[in-house]
Amino acid sequence: MTVGLNAFLIVSGLLFTIGFFGVLLRRNTLVIYMCLELMLNAVNLALVGFSRYNNNLDGSVFVFFIITVAAAEVAVGLAIIVALYRRRQTVMVDQLSAMRD
Amino acid sequence: MFMILSLVGMAALFLLLEAYFIAILQILVYAGAVMVLFLFIIMLIDVEKTSKRMPDRITLVASLVGFGLLVFGCMYLFIDGDAQPLEAVKPLPEGATTDNVPFATASRSLGYLLFTKYMLPFQVTGFLLLIAMIGVIVVSKKISASGDAESERPKRA
Repeated sequence: MTVGLNAFLIVSGLLFTIGFFGVLLRRNTLVIYMCLELMLNAVNLALVGFSRYNNNLDGSVFVFFIITVAAAEVAVGLAIIVALYRRRQTVMVDQLSAMRD
Repeated sequence: MFMILSLVGMAALFLLLEAYFIAILQILVYAGAVMVLFLFIIMLIDVEKTSKRMPDRITLVASLVGFGLLVFGCMYLFIDGDAQPLEAVKPLPEGATTDNVPFATASRSLGYLLFTKYMLPFQVTGFLLLIAMIGVIVVSKKISASGDAESERPKRA
């Protein structure tokens, strides 16, 4: 296996970029949530890469905790989105502008 | 959907990094639980067509600043990576021979680390999952229990 650490870091940076611009440019709350998950995954990939190439398992344990927290966050966030949709009948962020002013 | 492809591909990358436990966890949690949740919500909420509106100015400025930072980070990575080349070190975890695949030992040492050094964060994580479960139940039950009272509010507004 000759894949260096830099290749993994570049893939991780690309995924983080996609998620970042998705969060910034999209309007749908669900898509924003998916992009947030993508950013968390990119950080996970970088952490596992560092943990692998430093021969240290602490990064993998940290990724374990991140995955757990992400699962809890997705459950709570999607429940909030459903509650919001029942209240406002929309999930578009440009129509949810109650706190803009 | 491309998100499932991305998550499974990430699990494959974890396999390439010899983090087998993390790869299985990724498949189980993301492709199993998170995607099912997302699909349920997408079925529940009729997602309208995405509006092709231009983003406003502050979003554009934030995008440009973020893009500049990312370009700077990638340049830093390239320059610094060329300065000291990272060879693909591939040592097996200690206690693993060549015919004994490091799957068992890696996950064993991971579990050992998880239950000795990271005992307190592990328990805090379990408690966090419990709190999240209770929170989800409260959030979804409050709407449905008093749904009759609250469903009139959007009609009035």
